[in-house]
Amino acid sequence: MDHELRKRGTSGLEVACDPFGLMARPSAIMECHMNVQPQLVLEHVSMVFRSEDLNFTALAPIDFEVPAGKFVSLIGPSGCGKSTIFNITAGLQPPTTGRVMIDGEDATGTIGQVGYMLQKDLLLPWRTVLDNVALGMEIRGVPMAEARERALPLLQRYGLGGFEKRYPSALSGGMRQRAALLRTLLIDVDVILLDEPFGALDAQTKSQMQEWLLQLFRDFGRTVIFVTHDVEEAIFLSDDIYVMASRPGRIIDKMSIDLPRPRERSVVSSPRFVAMKQYCLDLLRTAAGQPPQAAAA
Amino acid sequence: MNAKALGLPGRILGVARLSDGAKGATTQRKIARKLPVQKIWSTTALVALQLAVLVGFVVLWEVAAEFKIIDPFFWSQPSSIWSTLVIFLTQGDAFTDIAFTFRSTIFGFIIGTTGGAVLGMSFWWSRNYAQIVQPYIICLESIPKLALAPLIVLVFGMGLSSKVATATALTVVVSTLTAYAGVQAVDRDQERLFYSLGASRWQVFKKLVVPSCIPWIVSILRVNIGLALTGSIVGEFVSSQHGLGRTILYAGSTYEISLVWVAVLILSALSMVMYVTVAWLEKVLRKGVVH
Repeated sequence: MDHELRKRGTSGLEVACDPFGLMARPSAIMECHMNVQPQLVLEHVSMVFRSEDLNFTALAPIDFEVPAGKFVSLIGPSGCGKSTIFNITAGLQPPTTGRVMIDGEDATGTIGQVGYMLQKDLLLPWRTVLDNVALGMEIRGVPMAEARERALPLLQRYGLGGFEKRYPSALSGGMRQRAALLRTLLIDVDVILLDEPFGALDAQTKSQMQEWLLQLFRDFGRTVIFVTHDVEEAIFLSDDIYVMASRPGRIIDKMSIDLPRPRERSVVSSPRFVAMKQYCLDLLRTAAGQPPQAAAA
Repeated sequence: MNAKALGLPGRILGVARLSDGAKGATTQRKIARKLPVQKIWSTTALVALQLAVLVGFVVLWEVAAEFKIIDPFFWSQPSSIWSTLVIFLTQGDAFTDIAFTFRSTIFGFIIGTTGGAVLGMSFWWSRNYAQIVQPYIICLESIPKLALAPLIVLVFGMGLSSKVATATALTVVVSTLTAYAGVQAVDRDQERLFYSLGASRWQVFKKLVVPSCIPWIVSILRVNIGLALTGSIVGEFVSSQHGLGRTILYAGSTYEISLVWVAVLILSALSMVMYVTVAWLEKVLRKGVVH
């Protein structure tokens, strides 16, 4: 891990107060000072599925920019093309029009440029937790022994200590998601896509996982794009929220969340938070053809 | 008189509880009976009874043959089978025969299973190729492979290789189809995950497809060992100088019925040994991929 980060570092910044070598990447730090180009740009990306007699527009042309080191959420009803956006960004599906730019370079249809965590944890049942977490590094040519060595301290630090040698079947839902997320974070890419990672968890575990994710976001300093159905979750975690509508899938609004970080759980009951939540819910309702709820409540 | 006879819709029967009072509805019986529980006997008793069945059967056979209730010329009898067994094992070349059959079975099993597994998994690489080859595989499956045995012996000669070939022919197609079923069952999302991490086709194959197919291939091992044994026996039937199959054929044609039984007995012992070994192998292999 140390080695990997040093390689990217331009100064001795990370040495001072960072025993785990996990400090935010230079890209994230620089972003505060100067206005660099956005890390991920979707230019006029659309997706039309053609069959014999009808064309189905899964995604109307969208434009979408994510600055480096930001946490951006996509929120919207099912079928609004959130997963399509992810598949296109990850290079798993060619867009009908438009292109994907990562760090100013055309990355349309190329795989391995972003970390993508799918809805399911997709841990391999025949690998130990440690080897599952090391999978991404292994695929990217890190020798297995070294990959394990790098993953091990992270498992211990991020709540999977003592489970390294166990198999995924021995883990709870929350722990499986942790392992899957660590696998995604351990590959050397700047952009991470998370597709409803906590969708299947119970409320208690979900809120723990959100706080855990914020900790990781702080420590790793990656750019995160997060898909969710849960408005509160989106506001609690994000810097920006793109609100989407379906038929055709499109972006209807962008909300900037100006709540200061680090955020405590108690922020969810602050008037500012509640107002933003109400605004977002109303947007979603209007998009779905329902009248907005009066702010009386 | 029931609901139908009254011209009520049949649906009403489903809500009998609600219409208990209604005229003509069949009232349900009240039921409170004990859950049937089976009493399991002790292992000793079970084993003793198993042995008793065997002994009883042998004694019955012996007595029936002794008193000519069954014709000992066709059916032989346990006592003479026993003496033939002793002669077969102590004199003559029993172990050459056993080793011959054993060898051809094992070779056929290994070649057929691995060949089929490799072929089946190769279909993962190209859907076009799989589409083209598939009808031929299914065609091959429907051919009774044993019918080809005379042809195989003609091509491969009288030696070991023709028996191995028959055993292989019997096992290879089943293994191919099973491995292909395994390939088709590989989780698409798992594949997407690998690609999103930037994996090459070869990496996906090596680290995902092969391990996912192992339980499928393992499940076919026990079936295949039996098929391989059948294949090599039939190969020996057609033409051979050694082997238990040849012994059976020879003994049958010279009316040495006790020798037929002896060979069959040894065959089943051999089959049992191989079965147990394969079951153990299965456990070991499964341990590597299923947790």
